[in-house]
Amino acid sequence: MTALLPVEPLGEKARQMTPGCGQPPAVEVLSAEKVFANGARGLAPIDLSVADGEFLTLIGPSGCGKSTLLKLIANLIEPSDGRLLWWRGDFAQVGREGRRLAFVFQEPTLMPWARVEANVRLPLEFANMPRGTADPKVADAIARVGLSAFNRHFPRQLSGGMKMRVSIARALVTSPNLLLMDEPFGALDEFTRNKLDDDLVNLSWERKLTTVFVTHSIYEAVFLSTRIIVMAANPGRIFRTMTIDHPQPRDQGFRDSPKFAAYCRELSTWLAEASIQSAMGDGS
Amino acid sequence: MKPLFESEVFVRIAAPVAVGVVLFAVWEIGFRLTSVPVYLFPKPSDIFTSFLQHGPSLFRALLVTLRVTLQAFVAAVILGTLIAFMFVQSRAIEVGLFPYAVLLQVTPVVAIAPLIIILVKNTQLSLTICATMVALFPIISNTTLGLRSVDPGLANFFRMNRASRFKTLVKLRIPGALPYFFGGLRISSGLALIGAVVAEFVAGTGGRSSGLAYEILDAGFSLDIPRMFAALFLITLTGVVLFGVMVALSQLALSNWHDSETRAEA
Repeated sequence: MTALLPVEPLGEKARQMTPGCGQPPAVEVLSAEKVFANGARGLAPIDLSVADGEFLTLIGPSGCGKSTLLKLIANLIEPSDGRLLWWRGDFAQVGREGRRLAFVFQEPTLMPWARVEANVRLPLEFANMPRGTADPKVADAIARVGLSAFNRHFPRQLSGGMKMRVSIARALVTSPNLLLMDEPFGALDEFTRNKLDDDLVNLSWERKLTTVFVTHSIYEAVFLSTRIIVMAANPGRIFRTMTIDHPQPRDQGFRDSPKFAAYCRELSTWLAEASIQSAMGDGS
Repeated sequence: MKPLFESEVFVRIAAPVAVGVVLFAVWEIGFRLTSVPVYLFPKPSDIFTSFLQHGPSLFRALLVTLRVTLQAFVAAVILGTLIAFMFVQSRAIEVGLFPYAVLLQVTPVVAIAPLIIILVKNTQLSLTICATMVALFPIISNTTLGLRSVDPGLANFFRMNRASRFKTLVKLRIPGALPYFFGGLRISSGLALIGAVVAEFVAGTGGRSSGLAYEILDAGFSLDIPRMFAALFLITLTGVVLFGVMVALSQLALSNWHDSETRAEA
């Protein structure tokens, strides 16, 4: 069906990887590679297509380039070779309006001197949105992460998990069409992390958000994703791809199911293989 | 409900007051027993009597000194902040000007006060200039440091969202600099008072002053030691009050978020 759409030709590999049809893919990475200034090969040429509304997770041993790939997708760094398309356009064509990105990092990076609502409003202030238009959006974003009762609080009055929720609300407030998360819950305890995963999986499903997520946690990857990319290092490359075939929204029932355990076991095996491969390099 | 003597506020007020009362009592009683003459070292009661006797003139002198101090302090805050903003705009400006800011700091005010008093006809103005020079440096250095000490994660967030230079300044750099700025205020307020008194001493030896320093000089000439002490007490008291006001200001501005001012929560 993709072939019926009047589009410029795509790399064959990227087309094959596109799961689901109908919508144009949100992001296409066309044999993009990254060689750093010091000559280190961060990423071997990578082909990857992220479908619209997909929850894609990047996982792999350290140094496998997951964060580099995320930054490429965010257009924070330029590929040394190859190109990236967002909704079938390059950066110049799509522009900032068509490609509304939001980031969430491992640290909540909130302004300690500002209340929750002011922190969430910040991206709208960057866009010079008037208060009247911004306020309902801010209230809505805070409500979505379940912090309406805390909108007048300061960050230091909140727990680590709540700060992360504020950070997510700040990402959602701009109604992004691409959410990029770099190990957002890595510093939280497992209980809090599960709770936030529960909410995130439903939030992204409700909003049909395209999400690219980087994590070190096998359980988190399986629970959240529609697709998992396992990466290997030396140089950073895609090792294997796993599709998680379970309907969204998901809940604790999925975590308790034998299917979940089976996915986790397989992913764990793949990761072990990926790290052996990383140690050996790709032979080139 | 905790008993009164265990409450934080009570302890914070009562403890220093108790120490003061004991000190004064020891001083008074000790000097009464040894009968040191008043013209060598007065007792608290002598100083108090002198206060009552010279009240109006001491109070007038206090107002003069206070006026110079506050003018100098305000001038130092405005100038120092402006200079700090200039410094963070470009590295070249900072590197070029910082040595001169240090020069200003290390030059003893007593050494240049006579020059300034000669050059500037208006005594009040010349005293203010001297005191400003003393009070300026902590504001410059603290504010510059504060404006530079931006949380790297937040700075990254601002950059990724393509925040304008102005928005980054107003929303990130200035709020982040406030704790440092208030630290500068505390040091600077005390220095403004010291600068004012020192400048008054220099001007006073030329007979061109009427502040508390002049009261001390004048009392010294007439060997009125209790009046000297009374003036000295007023200077000290002014310094303590200024410091207290700065602490209160900083608490007001930072108590919600900064670790230095947040009270422990139960």
